[in-house]
Amino acid sequence: MSEFLTLPPQKIKTEEMVLNMGPQHPSTHGVLRLELVLEGEVIVDVKPHVGYLHRCFEKHCEALTYQQIVPYVDRMDYLAAMGNEMGWAIACERLMGIEVPQRVEYIRVIMAELQRIASHLVAVGTYGLDIGAFTPFLYCFRDREKILNLFEITCGARLLYNYMWPGGLSHDIPPEFSRLTKEFLSEFKPVVKELNNLLSYNKIFIERTANVGVLPVEAAINYGMTGPNLRASGLKWDLRRDDPYSVYDKFDFDIPVGQGWHGKVGDCWDRYYVRLLEIEQSIRIIEQAIDQIPEGDVASAIPKRYKPPVGHIYARIENPRGELGYFIVSNGSQQPARVKVRPPSFISLGVMGELCKGHLVADVVAVLGSIDIVLGEVDR
Amino acid sequence: MTFEEIKNYIAEHYPSLSDLDFDKSASDKALEVTADKLIDLMSVLYADSALKMDNLILISAVDDFNGEKIIIEDGSTVMKGGTLSVYYHLESLSLRHKFNVVVRVPRESPDVPSVTFIWGGANFNEREGYDMIGINFVNHPNLTRILMPYDWEAGYPLRKDYKNPEFYQGMKVPY
Repeated sequence: MSEFLTLPPQKIKTEEMVLNMGPQHPSTHGVLRLELVLEGEVIVDVKPHVGYLHRCFEKHCEALTYQQIVPYVDRMDYLAAMGNEMGWAIACERLMGIEVPQRVEYIRVIMAELQRIASHLVAVGTYGLDIGAFTPFLYCFRDREKILNLFEITCGARLLYNYMWPGGLSHDIPPEFSRLTKEFLSEFKPVVKELNNLLSYNKIFIERTANVGVLPVEAAINYGMTGPNLRASGLKWDLRRDDPYSVYDKFDFDIPVGQGWHGKVGDCWDRYYVRLLEIEQSIRIIEQAIDQIPEGDVASAIPKRYKPPVGHIYARIENPRGELGYFIVSNGSQQPARVKVRPPSFISLGVMGELCKGHLVADVVAVLGSIDIVLGEVDR
Repeated sequence: MTFEEIKNYIAEHYPSLSDLDFDKSASDKALEVTADKLIDLMSVLYADSALKMDNLILISAVDDFNGEKIIIEDGSTVMKGGTLSVYYHLESLSLRHKFNVVVRVPRESPDVPSVTFIWGGANFNEREGYDMIGINFVNHPNLTRILMPYDWEAGYPLRKDYKNPEFYQGMKVPY
């Protein structure tokens, strides 16, 4: 017994251990398997293994017409289906040269921003849940529910809408929509402050997330990070302002960037807090847009038959998780010859190994939650 | 800078890359380059102070479906000859311009040099290109399947002559 106690520590035999986290782990936000290479409690490397939810989206697209692809697009990033549809509609319209009426553009922007709020609420709420704060999650879902109700009175669906079609919309907004939206916004505005008091400035939350998973801006660009993850690293880059699509150039809004409020720029807390600030900016955009919706017919520009030219096109939008792009190769027929999606979550996942190196096992959950992935979009 | 300006800038400053031209069929333009000149062109696009393409948006592999189509006894198509393409969408976040590059490689030997050492974000993109179309990205650090199972042996699903396997791991595939 005594010889064990006197054994000098450097003589203890150590080796790297490989630990599987997932695919059925509550904090991986879906079916994701992370292969952790550990040295004791310290992470040496993280290898993400994806594909458990692969649904052959790109293969299906080759057999479907442009219109038929819309419901499939919904099912990629199922927390931001309006954004996915908007990207697909814009890509098809650019390919075929369709002009859409102003009314359609305004309604699309309002829907996309409402969806951004809903999506960020889930991101913020589940992030609190990952760290161990249960109550903010309930607050977030309570308010997300109200947004889903707005979508429901517009198109009948709560999560997967099939609402924005190439050339227009499936339904016009109902007459009471703008009144209900304004009511929601006035109720919702104080909630952001409430969330800050509940979660953001909580001492335990800050200790768990500040200075964890720091992503410097050069690395963020090199790894192709976009959206809130890139902005949290301190770069003011937002496609709504820098490569404007639809009618975003008509609105006045700020682009929040990470400033290292409680630690280094680009840590988990910054990535979390940028999302909360973006919710406030989305409210501003909706408030400006809701009073300006012009009159018109939302279905007038939907063609009876889509006539795409031969060629290829890449169109992109700012989705809640980053730059969502569609690369369409057309051979002139009714079906696209090839559709390639640029899924922001898929690209963001590639940086996991870099972010987790040198941290503890418990921090993997904090880092993964902060880059906010949706596995439906990673695997498609 | 616009597409033409970038192309002219490259032709002017880098004589070895001066004979490149745009992909003729496209509504979006892409500079067509052979696989052996790809790394030279990409290094120029990344490092030149007037171009600074620091962001690789997307790498998409495409089956061009332009070879000889042979229909075999059971009714399925087998492609012979023709090309596969890899499209690179690049962007400069500091100078606010975009540029596209396309590489065409023969279907029988689809070797394209990897650009992972320039852009870290190319890693997953290239693995997907290998998984779905079967482009062999030379010098990639870990070129394995990503979305399909690691032991998938039935070929590359997004090729136009892909045929569903009858069995997977001894189980009948119900299609």
